[in-house]
Amino acid sequence: MDVVISQNMVLEAKELSCIRDDRILFEGLNFKLSNHQVLLLEGKNGSGKTSLLRIICGFREQDSGDLFWCEQKIKDSEYFSEMAYVGHLDGVKKELTVLENLKMSLSLSQKGRYSIDQALETVHLAGYDDSLVQTLSAGQKRRLSLARLLITKNTLWILDEPFTSIDKSGITLIESLMHEHIVAGGMIILTSHHDLALHEVDVQKINLSLCH
Amino acid sequence: MSAFFAVIRRDLILAFRRRAEIANPLFFFILVVTLFPLGVGANPKLLQAMAPGVIWVSALLAVMLSLDSLFRSDFDDGSLEQMLLSPHPLTILVLGKIIAHWLVTGLPLLVVAPLLAIFLGLPEQALGTLLITLVLATPVLSLIGSIGVSLTVGLRRGGMIISLLVLPLYVPVLIFASNAVEMAGNGLAVDAQINILVAIFFMSAVLAPLPAAAALRMSVN
Amino acid sequence: MSIIPAFIVRFYHKTASPPFFYNLSNKLLPWFTGIFLILLGYGLYAGLYLAPTDYQQGDSYRIIYVHVPAAWMSLFIYVVMAVAGAISLIWRMKIADVVLISSAPIGASFTFIALVTGSLWGKPMWGTWWVWDARLTSELILLFLYLGVISLYGAIEDKRTASKAVAILALVGVVNIPIIHYSVQWWNTLHQGPTVTKMDKPSIHLDMLIPLLVMATAFKFYYAIAMLQVARVEILIREQNTQWVKKLVENK
Repeated sequence: MDVVISQNMVLEAKELSCIRDDRILFEGLNFKLSNHQVLLLEGKNGSGKTSLLRIICGFREQDSGDLFWCEQKIKDSEYFSEMAYVGHLDGVKKELTVLENLKMSLSLSQKGRYSIDQALETVHLAGYDDSLVQTLSAGQKRRLSLARLLITKNTLWILDEPFTSIDKSGITLIESLMHEHIVAGGMIILTSHHDLALHEVDVQKINLSLCH
Repeated sequence: MSAFFAVIRRDLILAFRRRAEIANPLFFFILVVTLFPLGVGANPKLLQAMAPGVIWVSALLAVMLSLDSLFRSDFDDGSLEQMLLSPHPLTILVLGKIIAHWLVTGLPLLVVAPLLAIFLGLPEQALGTLLITLVLATPVLSLIGSIGVSLTVGLRRGGMIISLLVLPLYVPVLIFASNAVEMAGNGLAVDAQINILVAIFFMSAVLAPLPAAAALRMSVN
Repeated sequence: MSIIPAFIVRFYHKTASPPFFYNLSNKLLPWFTGIFLILLGYGLYAGLYLAPTDYQQGDSYRIIYVHVPAAWMSLFIYVVMAVAGAISLIWRMKIADVVLISSAPIGASFTFIALVTGSLWGKPMWGTWWVWDARLTSELILLFLYLGVISLYGAIEDKRTASKAVAILALVGVVNIPIIHYSVQWWNTLHQGPTVTKMDKPSIHLDMLIPLLVMATAFKFYYAIAMLQVARVEILIREQNTQWVKKLVENK
């Protein structure tokens, strides 16, 4: 089952910097992330956590430096078939059913470790297959976007504040999913205000408030 | 390829569930055409002379107004981000979205336009040409429009700007299409215009998704 | 990279750096201004005084010494913008962005001048201020293309994003300009009666042509001067947080 997580992968950032509205958010940022590792981005609001995540996703262009996936620049590598992103926006269509949304994600990517049914069960949305997403609560939508991580092939998860608008049991759920992903060899980059309760996991931390 | 069809399928389902969106540009089109006789008078000769232009200008405006729906909701709910992250080429996904957009907005115009042409007194011999120009040129409107709308999708008020960006680029389509219909009405050959429209169609089908995809990457940042 | 000679690469990186461009423009501007004034002076004198009167149009044709160079510039500047846009998208050269956006208002002004002088010329020729002549109509659409670039740049807050957007737009525009031009000509030949004379004369007397070419060159230098000045301000604004700009301000 674990074949879908590629081993011996490395994401490396070299001397990244980001300027926004004439303000240097961070510069000279380096990190190296391999399988079984978590990278936690910390820092005050406005310190550039989200900007860094969006650079790592390839949405935003860094002002200098580069990102490498297995020693190749991410744009030239297999990076985009190895990563998945859950951001502020859920990336689901509210006029589509849960099932239709997940099928769409699947056609944009490749098959992952879980089947759609297994994934829905895992995120406690079993039985909601044919519900329109607009009838779901915010927490349920959040869990639906997490289900996307499970059904598609990916090694690296990029999560922007995954613990917002989610209840206690949801937090435990996300943490257990993350733990499982890391144990299976995955990598995770996330921002969070919430203290991570990941045991026996290699967590690197970068505090962006200190990266000037 | 499966992603390409999945995008088309999803957008068609979405359009079906937001039925009002299909209907609005169509009603707009009918309404604008109806306004012309009210504005310039119901002189049959005048209306007949103006018919090709009136229909084409109204079609242009109707398609332009519908453009905003092309990427707006995808941009707002994060679906666009997910499309950008897909390992599939973005140009192909964008082309899928444009095709779905045309099926939803361009195709209905094809059905209504001949009817309105008859109301305006366009000679029957021109109806065939009108249909051919609509088949060839309304996809071009969606294709070129996709560039303008991807450049402005990140703006809160992109509405007025998009007309400034897109309408000048619509000029050749307007000229050749309405001219073909006019000539056909006079019983003249229209091969040249149709050939040019075919060329424009293929050129924009191949080229337009590229800047549109680049502009979408720029808009999501 | 190895196929490109090293000195070209070095020159490219040098020119691409904002302080180098700023200093270079500082040195070039007085020269350009001098050349421009000389050319303009001669062009106006030759065009308005030396050139013979047209046997058909009398003296009113002399407006071509402004109209035609302005119309040429309006196309030329759009092409410059598209080239700058391509350079900025492919090689991420900051200066290209600055050149592109600094050129847009100047190009729009030339287009506007071409339109106004065209319609002024039309009054004695056609008896009306505006005729839907192919050239004037193309020029009008070109003005809209310029306005599109300017207003798109103004509408996007993040200037880096805005630069990318106008680069894409300028490229799309430049591909479309020939098609628009051709379609407008097609439209014009079908709709216009034969009474209207075309603006360009196939055979133009050498005494009339030389001042025209001199004026066209003068306009090119004027564009260079105006563009460099706008670009210098734009560079200073964009680079206001860098060391070299701070030093520059301190030395003033």
